[in-house]
Amino acid sequence: MSSKKQSWKEVTIAGVITTPRSSLEYKTGVWRSQTPVIDYAKCTKCLICWIYCPEPTIVRITGNPEKAVEIDQNYCKGCGICAQVCPVKAIEMRQG
Amino acid sequence: MSATKEYNQKALGLRGNDAVAYAVKQANVDVIAAYPITPQTLMVEELSRFVASGELKAKYINTESEHSAMSGCIGASLAGARTFTATASQGLAYMHEALYAASGLRCPIVMAVACRALSAPINIHGDHSDVFGSRDAGWMQVFCENPQEAYDMTLLGFKLAEREDVLTPIMVNFDGFITSHCLERVEVLPDEMVNEYLPPRNAKLKLDVDKPMTFGAFALQDYYFEFKRQQHEAMEHAYRLMPEMWSEYAKLSGRNYANVRTYRLTNADVVIVSAGSTSGTARYAVDELRQQKIRAGALGIRLFRPWPGPEVLKALKNVKAVAVLDRATSLGAPGTTLYEDVATTLYALPKQPTLTNYVYGLGGRDIRTRDIVKAVRETLKLASDKKKVSPIKFLGVRE
Repeated sequence: MSSKKQSWKEVTIAGVITTPRSSLEYKTGVWRSQTPVIDYAKCTKCLICWIYCPEPTIVRITGNPEKAVEIDQNYCKGCGICAQVCPVKAIEMRQG
Repeated sequence: MSATKEYNQKALGLRGNDAVAYAVKQANVDVIAAYPITPQTLMVEELSRFVASGELKAKYINTESEHSAMSGCIGASLAGARTFTATASQGLAYMHEALYAASGLRCPIVMAVACRALSAPINIHGDHSDVFGSRDAGWMQVFCENPQEAYDMTLLGFKLAEREDVLTPIMVNFDGFITSHCLERVEVLPDEMVNEYLPPRNAKLKLDVDKPMTFGAFALQDYYFEFKRQQHEAMEHAYRLMPEMWSEYAKLSGRNYANVRTYRLTNADVVIVSAGSTSGTARYAVDELRQQKIRAGALGIRLFRPWPGPEVLKALKNVKAVAVLDRATSLGAPGTTLYEDVATTLYALPKQPTLTNYVYGLGGRDIRTRDIVKAVRETLKLASDKKKVSPIKFLGVRE
């Protein structure tokens, strides 16, 4: 999706999207008003957040002894479910 | 095609319903999705017979409601199928939200509507309340006077709607019972001629598992408006194409149609505007009035959406008075549907004729020549009293 919006003469007829997976271009992360931040010192790598994330924007990381997950901020809508379900309160929701 | 093509045509005795079903069969539709029970007409019954007998190789889907029928048509049409359905009255009302989806998704569905009154009170007879209720749903609409026109407009409807530069659904309207159940002589084209006129649909954008696309995506404040503007353009484009559409069909069939049907407009002082079967009655009234030395003429609206403004203006610009007959009312409105369109069109004139608004024939009540003569005389009286407009008047109601 280009930043310049198309005119009615430019848009495809009836808004048909002719390229599959183009929704990936739509960064739903801009909807977020709160951002989850993981405190890796507290994280026990239990992966409960990874299971519960509805989007899912919690991405598993392999081969890094420091962290088991990261948050894909391009698509995280900031719902806060991860912070709620974390058993050790390792995720904090910050404004913005 | 030979110059003698009209002589190749068979003349059949068909009701409006049969005429449409025959045209749909010849158009080789791929999918018919319809609700089979009242307020359905014999159109889909006849079509189900064609499918059952193998005369028409189409997928016939009996749905549980008109809402589902239209939804099924939308899916089929998006998959590239030539799609038909028929309904009337409450059925059309029940489809209402899906009508907007069909036009917004640019599905070239052809739907025949045997126009009928809306409940309450319950009534099954002819009036235009149902189709006028769908006026703003983004569909093209044509009004047919008789079974022959219903046959011709159905074929032309597919041709027009499916054009890639139109892709807009169309309603083929004809009066419930008066035209739908009335047996008349109908000339039908030979199958091979229709095959040539309507080759199989070849949709550029369609639902296809081998080439996945998204139809019906979300469009919010940032894009919705652009798609509606696009539909507006499609309607205007369809209007621009009409002369070409009519002349192509005339070459094929020998039958000459236009956006409006004019009758004895030369030197007319007063013109009757109407749509549907009443346009025929209006011509009888014109003849009677002419015998009484009243210079009357008639203007039948065939193409209702897109609205043929220039033709209406041309027909009415030099007359003293115009009587618009509407077979539907619009409660609480300043005028009824056809009247408002005529009034809007006439506003372009520096000096507008006297304009009257008659509601007639609700719930299938007959309109007679003498009713129309009375309306014309009243309209002329108003004009001679130097009055421009009148409140909505009712023709044929018991006072």
